[in-house]
Amino acid sequence: MKILVPVKRVIDYNVKPRVKSDGSGVDLANVKMSMNPFDEIAVEEALRLKEAGKAEEVIAVSIGPAKAQETLRTALAMGADRAILVETDEAVEPLAVAKILKAIAADEEPGIVMLGKQAIDDDSNQTGQMLAALMERPQGTFASKVEIDGDGVSVTREVDGGLETVKLTLPAIVTTDLRLNEPRYASLPNIMKAKKKPLDTKTPADYGVDVAPRLTTTNVSEPPVRQAGEIVEDVDALVAKLKALGAI
Amino acid sequence: MTTLVFAEPHGDAVADATLATVTAAAALGGPVHVLTTAAGDAHAAIAGVEKVLVADDAAYANGLAENLAPLIAGLMAKDDTGYDAVLAPATTTGKNVLPRVAALLDVMQVSDIISVEGPKTFTRPIYAGNAIATVESSDPKLVITVRTTAFDKAEATGGSAGTETVSGPGDAGLSQFVKLDAVESERPELTSAGIVVSGGRALKDGETFEQYITPLADKLGAAIGASRAAVDAGYVPNDYQVGQTGKIVAPEVYIAIGISGAIQHLAGMKDSKVIVAINKDPDAPIFQVADIGLVADLFNAVPELVEKL
Repeated sequence: MKILVPVKRVIDYNVKPRVKSDGSGVDLANVKMSMNPFDEIAVEEALRLKEAGKAEEVIAVSIGPAKAQETLRTALAMGADRAILVETDEAVEPLAVAKILKAIAADEEPGIVMLGKQAIDDDSNQTGQMLAALMERPQGTFASKVEIDGDGVSVTREVDGGLETVKLTLPAIVTTDLRLNEPRYASLPNIMKAKKKPLDTKTPADYGVDVAPRLTTTNVSEPPVRQAGEIVEDVDALVAKLKALGAI
Repeated sequence: MTTLVFAEPHGDAVADATLATVTAAAALGGPVHVLTTAAGDAHAAIAGVEKVLVADDAAYANGLAENLAPLIAGLMAKDDTGYDAVLAPATTTGKNVLPRVAALLDVMQVSDIISVEGPKTFTRPIYAGNAIATVESSDPKLVITVRTTAFDKAEATGGSAGTETVSGPGDAGLSQFVKLDAVESERPELTSAGIVVSGGRALKDGETFEQYITPLADKLGAAIGASRAAVDAGYVPNDYQVGQTGKIVAPEVYIAIGISGAIQHLAGMKDSKVIVAINKDPDAPIFQVADIGLVADLFNAVPELVEKL
């Protein structure tokens, strides 16, 4: 079985995003970029399935600018076998990403497509579900445990009420939540080795997908700033202040 | 235009998240219909709802997206009685099901809206709430999830909608519900509680978390939340997590104990009315958003607070 792992290049999660003053977006010039943290978890889980003998090959794919190669090299350094970059300078929306991934899945025929539940830039939380719909396959979203089980996969999902378990027939789409695993760091020798692993470059047109956006962002602004309040001396002052505000 | 709300499953009652979503749906201007898998009569009583569709086939009972998405997409696409928009709360159910509906309709979903600015224009937080985007859809139909803390709840009573049973393709045969390990609690639900007491990594372990956070929550009748660090370390279950990827809360009072205030955590609670922070590090970022801050060792301050409240 192959596992396809889509990864996205996003602002590093430790960087505080700054909104551009002209309202056109978030300033990404000279900002540290990294692999979306949820996608790192997806790469790790795919590698663990391979190491457990449940999968033969892990293929990383990224849709984005030429620099998304770096993100793919990170996946390769972690242990993915090969990579596909679908290069475009457009901001590609989840629906178009899902269409491209569907075309790649038709070529590669993976048993599982494993991807992060959301990207920390647009916070959409859509791509995996959309891909599952387009492929007419089941989806195990927000996964905290994944077990291959014969011709199916059992996925434990983090839901509002606790933990839900579903059984999916393969092929299936799994989206990863925070507690699925702790991703490994790539070792230096593996980083060197990753440079020699195959990386194919394609374009959205190669897959016949129109990436024209359906949503137009007309403005991006700072959220209302919350003013820091008062630092109180002790618990008595805290209780008094809570009462004064009518909070209790 | 007529708008459909996909109700949050909530046993034989109506979820608060559904009430807030009805308010968002009404802001689009057209009549509002509600689709529910149970409790048709309770949903028919929501003020402002014109009609309730009840899909009571067993295939829809467990919220499986593979079964629900074709049902919803089918209702949307009907020639004569179709819908121009579908909204669901951005709960784990809504987030699971609605993008699947959007893809079936070839529509780009608008996720997690916090306001309705026009017939096809909305605002939504991006980058963990560090920016607010205004987006306009060019799709013929709208598929939207709603950040429920941003909308007032519709009145749960006073409405008298008619109910109608609907059916769809049923079981898609792709997935099976196995079980739900629910956390049983007598406490108010985290996302709708008036007061939330949250603990962070500083609580050390599960036992200490329980020993210090629970009495304070009991005294205030509060729900209990946690930072990602506390959940990752196993102090409390996953459904306690407040933040960008956990639950979004906006209670009257949010009390953060031993939480430093990473941007991912602030994203989940900074719309709370009053924020109280207790932390021994005076430079903790949580103090930049707190209305009342106390720089103190929580192991002394929290028991004293419980005593003096």
